[in-house]
Amino acid sequence: MSPLARRSIYRTSMFVLSVVLVGVLWELYKLIGPEDGGKLFGAAVLPRSNDTAMPHIWSMLSRYGRPEVRGSDRQIWSVVLAGAWYSFRLSVAGFAIGATIGVGLSVLMARFKMVERGLLPYLVVSQTVPLIALAPLIVSWGGKVNILGFTWPKWLSAAVLGAFLAFFPIAVGTLRGLASAPSASLELMSSYAASWKQTLFKLRFPAAIPFMVPAFKLGASGAVVGVVVAEISTGLKGGIGRLIIEYAREATGDPAKVFTAVFGAAALGLAMAGFVAISDVLLMRNRPKETTT
Amino acid sequence: MSAVKVQGASKIFNQGTPKQVDALVDVNLTVEPGEFVSLIGPSGCGKSTLLRLIANLLEPTTGEITVNSKTASQSRLDQDYGMAFQQAGLFDWRTVAKNIELPLELKGWDKAKRAARATEMLELVKLPEFADMYPWQLSGGMQQRIAIARALAAHPPLLLMDEPFGALDEMTREYMQGELLRICSETKTTVVFVTHSIPEAVYLSNRVVVMSPRPGRITEVINVSLGSNRTEDTRGADEFFKGITAVREALRGTHADHANAGAVRGVEDR
Repeated sequence: MSPLARRSIYRTSMFVLSVVLVGVLWELYKLIGPEDGGKLFGAAVLPRSNDTAMPHIWSMLSRYGRPEVRGSDRQIWSVVLAGAWYSFRLSVAGFAIGATIGVGLSVLMARFKMVERGLLPYLVVSQTVPLIALAPLIVSWGGKVNILGFTWPKWLSAAVLGAFLAFFPIAVGTLRGLASAPSASLELMSSYAASWKQTLFKLRFPAAIPFMVPAFKLGASGAVVGVVVAEISTGLKGGIGRLIIEYAREATGDPAKVFTAVFGAAALGLAMAGFVAISDVLLMRNRPKETTT
Repeated sequence: MSAVKVQGASKIFNQGTPKQVDALVDVNLTVEPGEFVSLIGPSGCGKSTLLRLIANLLEPTTGEITVNSKTASQSRLDQDYGMAFQQAGLFDWRTVAKNIELPLELKGWDKAKRAARATEMLELVKLPEFADMYPWQLSGGMQQRIAIARALAAHPPLLLMDEPFGALDEMTREYMQGELLRICSETKTTVVFVTHSIPEAVYLSNRVVVMSPRPGRITEVINVSLGSNRTEDTRGADEFFKGITAVREALRGTHADHANAGAVRGVEDR
């Protein structure tokens, strides 16, 4: 067996093991934790371990096989899957917008020192604005904003909020990457009388890849968070965020239900990160391998 | 027609500030076509600065520099020279052949012509079987040979080298010196070579330009009469040792104002 195959099997089994371990801990706490939570001087310090707050793993899993609402013939797994798919597409759209803006800004900042000095502080400030404060504003554009015959669709607002969280790590990571080209290599390109554009595509971008991949990973999970938060805070229909708030309302009667949607959201984030990880493997396959690991 | 002509060149960094550095003052140097000229001197003598002025990577504060009878900037635009640095500086993401093709790509050569030239250059540096490997899979000496192949890929008449063998071990270094002489005589390339090593400068050069610091300037130019056919035996020849002694004495002179005149700092005596 090749070392690569062996390593991927090892990593997969470690992942499964860690998931199982979390399940075991969950059940263990249910077994020994206080039913009504632990209080210290009147403040809750330990979560309640009863079936309403912490349903059994198996009741969460079996919930997937039962209908969404009594009498419906649609089982909940297909509803969650459809919601996750919808949010996934929004996240991909948000990620694409965020990546385009992020990379574009980083190129501008790398090209013009003035732009970097003027723009970077605002980019940092932009990330301190709470997303839930911004969400209703941007969502309110839906159906109202009309640019040259293009009516702003509601889903686009959620994607834009995803992009809002995605662009920042991408812009900062790519900027660092573009600046990482060694000065000797820059001198070499200049000795060839290479234009700025040639230097950008033949040297700066390839040199930036090891910085861009982790930045894109952060951006991908940021896009998912942005989309789900936008769905939750505005009640946009069709996505996993909406399912989470709807199911949370039924938590007393059907505690396992909300967890089906929460797991759906987690799977969505994993899927996004997975796609970036695949691009990582493809882009880095001919680079020097780390001698450790 | 001279390959390189430097007339009254000065380079002053941070002029008019407390951090002003007179890197080079009133330097005159002419290099004839086919000549191998080394620049040697202690750290801070401006030898790398002089090389960068010739390469037009820096603009002189005063003075004039022509390369192949053109202004330095025009000859850079025309890629009249190739350059090699202490670090091979190959691109990790390109195969060895693609690294050699880089300057040709920038010139807009078509693919078939580039590939043919890369093969030719790999033959020249005797590494044809490594075309599809990546630089990080090669040893330091091999990487430096690829860097020389890249510098010569466009067949420039002039090769500028900044301590290209400085990071190599002694055995590899001597081997590379022999290879460089062979390559240059095969391609009839003019070379300006910056080094810290006295034997290296003498072994390779027709003329050794000795420089001194504060302010950076040329103090002496020593002719090396070892002929054009140099082999490993040359390293034992009387003329070789005479050359080494002459360069060493010239370098001592650059430090005459120091108490420890015997120890030439920054210059390796090997």
